Formats: sequence, C-alpha cells, structure tokens
Amino acid sequence: MGIVTARRLSQGFFLLVFCWLCLVTTLGDGAFELRGWPVNWLLSLAPLTALATGLATGSLFAPLLWAVPVVIASLFLGRFFCGFACPLGTLNQLSGYLTRKTLGRAGRAEDNHPSPAQGLKYALLAFLLAAAVLGNVQTGLLDPLALLTRSASLAVLPLLDPRQGLGQAEARHYDGAWVVGLLLVAILALNALRPRFFCRYLCPLGAFFGLLTRFSPWRIGKADTGNCGTCRLCEEYCEGGCRPSGQLIVSECVLCLNCLDRCPTGRIGFAGRPSAAGEQPLPDFSRRGAVLVLASGTAGLLAAPLWSVGGVAGIGRNPGLIRPPGSLDEARFLARCIRCGQCMRVCPANVIQPAVTVAGAAGLWTPALDYRLGRAGCLPNCIACGQVCPTAAIRPLSIEEKRGLGDFAAAGPLRLGTAFVDRSRCLPWAMGRPCLVCQEVCPVSPKAITVREVFEPLRLPRLAVADSRGTVVTLAALPAVGRNLAAGDFFLRPAGLPQATPQRILGRAAAQLTLAAPLAEAAPGREVEIVVRLEQPHVDPAQCIGCGMCEHECPVSGLRAIRVTSENESRSGPGRMLAEAARQGGRSWRRKSFPA
Amino acid sequence: MTPVPPRIPPGAPAPRDIGAPDSPSRRQFLRRLAVASALAATAGGLGLALRDPHGPQAVPGGRVLTGLGDFSVAPKTPTTPRLATVHGTDRRAMFNQGINALGGMEAFIRRGDVVLIKVNAVIAAPPLLAATTNPELLAAVAEACKLAGAAKVLVTDNPIHNPDSCFAVSGLAGAARQSGAAILMPRQALFSPVSLPKAALLTDWPVLAGAFAGVTKCIILSQVKNHQRAVASLTLKNLYGLLGGRRNIFHQDINGIIAELGRLVRPSLCVLDGVVSMMTNGPTGGSLSDLKATGTMILSTDPVAADAQGIGLLNLTPADLPYLALAQAAGVGSIDATSLNPVTLNVEPAAG
Repeated sequence: MGIVTARRLSQGFFLLVFCWLCLVTTLGDGAFELRGWPVNWLLSLAPLTALATGLATGSLFAPLLWAVPVVIASLFLGRFFCGFACPLGTLNQLSGYLTRKTLGRAGRAEDNHPSPAQGLKYALLAFLLAAAVLGNVQTGLLDPLALLTRSASLAVLPLLDPRQGLGQAEARHYDGAWVVGLLLVAILALNALRPRFFCRYLCPLGAFFGLLTRFSPWRIGKADTGNCGTCRLCEEYCEGGCRPSGQLIVSECVLCLNCLDRCPTGRIGFAGRPSAAGEQPLPDFSRRGAVLVLASGTAGLLAAPLWSVGGVAGIGRNPGLIRPPGSLDEARFLARCIRCGQCMRVCPANVIQPAVTVAGAAGLWTPALDYRLGRAGCLPNCIACGQVCPTAAIRPLSIEEKRGLGDFAAAGPLRLGTAFVDRSRCLPWAMGRPCLVCQEVCPVSPKAITVREVFEPLRLPRLAVADSRGTVVTLAALPAVGRNLAAGDFFLRPAGLPQATPQRILGRAAAQLTLAAPLAEAAPGREVEIVVRLEQPHVDPAQCIGCGMCEHECPVSGLRAIRVTSENESRSGPGRMLAEAARQGGRSWRRKSFPA
Repeated sequence: MTPVPPRIPPGAPAPRDIGAPDSPSRRQFLRRLAVASALAATAGGLGLALRDPHGPQAVPGGRVLTGLGDFSVAPKTPTTPRLATVHGTDRRAMFNQGINALGGMEAFIRRGDVVLIKVNAVIAAPPLLAATTNPELLAAVAEACKLAGAAKVLVTDNPIHNPDSCFAVSGLAGAARQSGAAILMPRQALFSPVSLPKAALLTDWPVLAGAFAGVTKCIILSQVKNHQRAVASLTLKNLYGLLGGRRNIFHQDINGIIAELGRLVRPSLCVLDGVVSMMTNGPTGGSLSDLKATGTMILSTDPVAADAQGIGLLNLTPADLPYLALAQAAGVGSIDATSLNPVTLNVEPAAG
C-alpha cells in the first residue's frame, strides 16, 4: 500500500468519524444517539482550542489534553493533522481535486505555486491568539474543526434530520443558520480558485501547525538536485503550495505526500535531512506581510478591551441574553466558548440558538436561549448541553446541581433568569380574559407563578333585575356578549357592591340566568353586573428558575406577555436581583471582571 | 437607394437552396418548427389548465375534518357495568380486575383491531412524580390489547415539552417497547384541521388526526391531577393533548374547550389512574410533596362519568368542574353514573 493510499484511508476514516459524531449528538440511548459516544474527541484534538482557552483561562480543561499528543507529533513530523486527519481539509482537498480534473497538468501545477498570501493565516492566528490572551476566545470562528462542526450541526444536518429517521425527530430551526451554511459553501467553492484555499490562506490552525514545523526533524525534501526542476510533476497535486520542486517552504507542507508519490525519479522523500534544493521556514513575507502580522496581533490585543467597552459582559449587556444552564459568567464564558454548536444540536428542546446579535459582536454564534424559537423551554430534567460542551464554557452539571437537590439543596436550583409578566399584554391583566397558561406549565414545585383572583365587570350597560326566584335571575334585558356566559368563568354580582360575593352563572337562556347559588341582592328592580373571574399571574422571583416554559407557551404569540430576562441568573454575581443571598443556585462565581 | 450587393464573397460556393425538398437545411428547419410548436402548445395548455379566474381564497382551503371518530363500543347486555371503581395499589392487577368487571378486554378489543392509546405525557418528568400516565399502566393496557388480538397498538400524545424527551423520561417509551406497542410521535405531518359541528372554539383547528389513520379503537389513559385553571386534569382535560397549533389560546374558555374535546373523539375505554393523585401544583407537579396515595383506578366507557367519579380523589365534587355540566349537555356522557351499572372492587395488595 502506497503512502498516499494510507493518507486517503486516514482522511476517510477521520471524515467518517466526524460525520458520525455530528450525527449522534442527539439526545437518546439508541445506537444513532448520544449514549456514550465521545462526541468531543475530534474537537479536542485540534490544539487551537486548547491553546486559546489555555491562554484565556490559564488552565487546560482535562479533555483538551488530547491536543498535547497532536502538538508533540506535529513537532516531530510536521502538519500531519492537516494532511491525514482534518475533515475540513479533506473536504477542501476533494472539492479542489474535482474542480481541477479537466485543467491539465501545467494548469494544476501553476495553481500550486506558492503565494505571499499564504502569510495571511499567520496574521489571523496572531489576531486570534492576542485576543485570547486578553480573555476573548474567537478561534472558533475559523478553527476548522469548530467551523465544520458548527456548519454540520446548524446547517447541514437540519436539512437531513427529519427525513432520514436518524438524528433529531423533528425538523430543527436555528436562527440565521443560512449564513453558517453559506459560509461552508463559500469555503468549499473557494477551492475552485486555489486548491485547499481555506487551508492555505485562512486556517489559523494550519498556521499554528506551520509554526510547529520549524524544528521538525523529519520533513519532505529532495535527496539531490541533479537534473531536476523542470517536470514539476511533484507540484501538480501539491496541496499545501509548499514548492517541493525548489526551495521548500516547510511551514506550508500539509504532508499530502503527493510529491513523494509522483516524482518519477524517486528523488523526493520524507526523511531526516534538509531538502537538497534548500528550505525556508515560512512563506515569503514581504515587509508589508510582516507588518500585517504585527498589526493583526495588535488589533487582537485591542479588540478584547474594545469589545468590552461596548459592555458585552458588563453594565450594558443585553438582558435578553440567556445562556444554557451551567454556563459560566459572561467573561469566563467568552474565554472558553468556541461556537462549535454541539449544545445547540443536542438540546432536545431546540431552544439553544446561535446568538446573532444578542451576545454582541464578541459573542457571534455563541449559544443563547430563545424561548420563542424552541420546541419548549429549558427542560428541568435535562443537562445535555453541559455534557457535550468541549471546553466547559457550559459546565457539565448533574441533575442534582441543576435542580438544587441532594448536596445542592442548600444552593438551590440553577437560575437562567427571571420571568416578568408584561401586564400591558397579559390577557387576564390587560384584556379581561382568563388564561393562566404560564402558571400551568411552570415546572417548579411549588410553582413560581402564583395567582390572585379578581372579578372584572364585562363591558355591558346596567342590568336591571326583572325577576328573581332562587337561583334563577331574569334580567329586564341582556344584550349579546359574544362569550359563553355558562362556561364557568362568569359570575353575577350586585352592581355597586364590589365586596359582595359573586355567584357563578351556570346557564343562560335569553335574559334568564341560572346561578350556582341564590344571589340575595338580586331583587327585582335592583341592578346587577356580570363579572368575569380572572386569575392574574404573579411571578415569585425566589422560586423562578428562568426556564422559559411560561414564555414559550404564552398564547400572546408575538411579543410574549411573560418574558424571561437574565436578572437573577445564577452564573453572574452582578446579575443578582434579590436581596436575600440564600438559594442563588450553583457554585459561587469567581470574582474576575471582564478586561476593560 | 443603391441595391445592396449580396454578401457572398466572390469565389464562395453558391448557397444551397433551402427550399429544396429533402435538403438538410429544410429538414432542420422543419424539426425546429415542430419542437417550437410543441413547446408553444404545452405552454398554452398549461396556462389554460392552471387558469384560476377567481384568484386565491382568503384562507387556504382543503379538507376539514368534523371530528376524530366514534370508537365507542356497545355494551354486551344492558346490565353489563360500564364503570368500575377499583381500589388498590397494583396498577396492573387493578386494571385487569376492572376490565374483567366491564366484560373483559375482549368486549372492547376484537381480533385485528388497531388500537390508539392516548396517554398523558405532558412533560419530561420521571414516573415517580406522577405528572404523566404511569408506564406500568400503559404496559398492562397494551398487553391486554395484544392478548385480546389487537393487530397493532399505538401510543401518542402531543405534550408541552418536546415529545421525544417526554416519552423517554416518563418511561412510556420503554413501557411501549416492552409491551409491543409503538410510540407515534406527534410530527407536524400528522396534524390536520378539524371543524367540529356547531363548535364555538374548535373550528378549522389543527388536531392530531394523522394518529387516528386506520385506528379502530381508542383508549384514554389519564392521571388524576390538580389544575389551577381547569380545577382538575382528568380524562377530558387529557384530550387537550390532541390539539396542535398554538392551542393555549383556548385557555381563555377552558371549560368550553374541554367540553368540545369530549365531542372531538368518543373513546372505547377511559382509564383514570388515581393510585397516586397530584393534589397541588398540577398539572406539572415536580415534587413528591405534591402527591398523595389515593389508591383508586376508574375504568369507564364514559369520560364524563369517569371524571365525575375521579374528582372525589381531589376532595372536590363534580359541581367544581363546570366542564362536566357542559360536556353532559353536549351529550358526551353523564355525570350521574347510575345508568352505567357502576361496580366497586377491591384488589388486595399482593401477598408478601
């Protein structure tokens, strides 16, 4: 078996593993569901996540240690991850190959000519790492593993899910997913311009691996130069654009090993000696290129504090930003989240959405709960999001911790925010109509929504009693009210006596009303009024966990009449609303403010 | 005007006469003419076929159902009990004895029947919290259906939380799997609009009609629960789970909608499980302190009678449930059970 065949097998294997792990990020215990699959494994392998979160937090979340063997192997062998493992690299390579089938040998070789633009990815890496140093991890936007996981989870799999009988049972909705999907299409389409366009010019992970090759003892190179340099067969399929025919650009070689396979004289090898045709460690940086890298790093250093000036995490933050249960406080959350979208895919309620604007510019595509878009609110007995988070931006909770049971009874349940009744929109508050859906669906025991009973007169002219016999009261006239007075919600009360006990109307025939019990004051000649019994919802902030069931189910379907905002959320001290310190939920938050 | 000279360079071969019969140019012309004519005819025909002289209707049309069906079963004899109140703790034994008192499962399920069991899977809560139909009861009923010769047993509900979580966490999916029943997830495709005759609320509203396709018998398994807005969630309130859309608007007239739900479907059998009742904080509960052991199961062919019996478990009377009177007036059933020859049974707890 040739080495190129081995490389293709490896690429196929990792692509399959990638697809499989994306597919099974679905709650359940079936073979095609989450059960115990290590869905984070590939994401943990990419060292950029470990590096950026490490720089931002000063620690390495244990599963991210998978990156260390990859770094060590890359130090010795070069960018094997790009050539042998990266699923986005594989897709890029495949699409680049397919678009060049008819191009001809010379044209293909010409496309693989090294370009100074290959230095751009180092500028991007400098930007991302500098921002990470100051606690703002943006690597997930371009890290190929996070990017591809996000694209697959939010844009590709939702197209397939309900049709295949695998994955999610219902069609999924993700806010603004078309942008995520188009980005993937664009990245694949760019391969028509240059092979592995993303890998060569944009990939910060590739740039990081490129830097690691500086001292790699084994590398691609020519054994001798005699009679060589004209056929350029080695460059026909050179994926990295690293010029194996001449002076090798070590950092750009992605170890596709096509040169080694295609050289008719067997002159090119992977060996522990420098290339006979000469080497250079990095692409040809012009002075401008070097300035660009420096400027990007500086921009990254500036970006984090500049973003925080806008108040992403501080006083100006959007109160509509509700993070998944177990999320760290906003500053520490942004120091970890890589926007891979796994929490959004696994969420059985489909309530975790990619933030488009709600989390600010620094929080693009980070997970935010949108109680209007999901199938339900945050399920009280579900902790899936924290279990699949690769960086613990959402901590892996236990049910006990989330619900405040057992050891966590003293801490109380975890709060995502607090529900507020909008009394100007709520049906029983503003429209004189019974409703109380929010109280019914509140999953907390005792319920966080309590009710107060009020009786409000219907909009009717004064009603005079013509006759009253026991429970049957006949009115002089009763105009049409458009509602079923016998439905149990309507009562009769003497006019002008709001403290009198209203009697329930059980039946109506023309102007004759049958009551549940006699109304003493309803003597002929007296006036009565028909009142509707309303139960008006009140939120007890000490009980509310911000799960959003009430907001999701509220029948005022547009702007809901009860809405959850982030006040009193467990994850952030500054968000605390109640004076009593007890039962704030979760472990205590660490005092670290967002860099400013 | 000077005559335009022909644009043929001198020395070029003279153009062939395109009018000559059988010349290649002529044949090509005729072929093009034929294809263009065929396409033109198609375009004209399509235009005529799709012509809509009236423009679109204000609301999308289509078939609107008038209900989900009448699955009620006539009693064997006029004296056969149609309501059994069973006291005990073992749901399986209680159901089996109760159904025997009603003439046995064979009185309800014939060989080859397709049975739809409507459970209450309202939220994703474990069975211990008694917010959902008990999986043990579902298993007992599904197995009894199978034993009586049912060809297929389907289980469905359209709960508040996402259905897959509800069925999984409540243990209903596991119970269905064990007893050979199939869970029917309330997919969007299964909903179609219903306009109940003379209904004030249920007009052109999506209901879970697809679940009833091919179904010949329908059994409703409900849990006794307290409910602030409706006072109690029993059999009739359980039917709310057949509604789709933003159904919560109907809470504005909760008693009216529950009475109409009784007309939406006439079940073959109702089982109201009050072995453990949710006394407070319903219908979601969430704590063991909301529950009380009430040790009662009611089996009936009449959902109104079953609910009128079951409401006692919550220390209330039928008069506290306005929807019972509305349902009775609409002919759904009768609050007074005497015409159903009610029986009361006691199931001794299993020895040991």
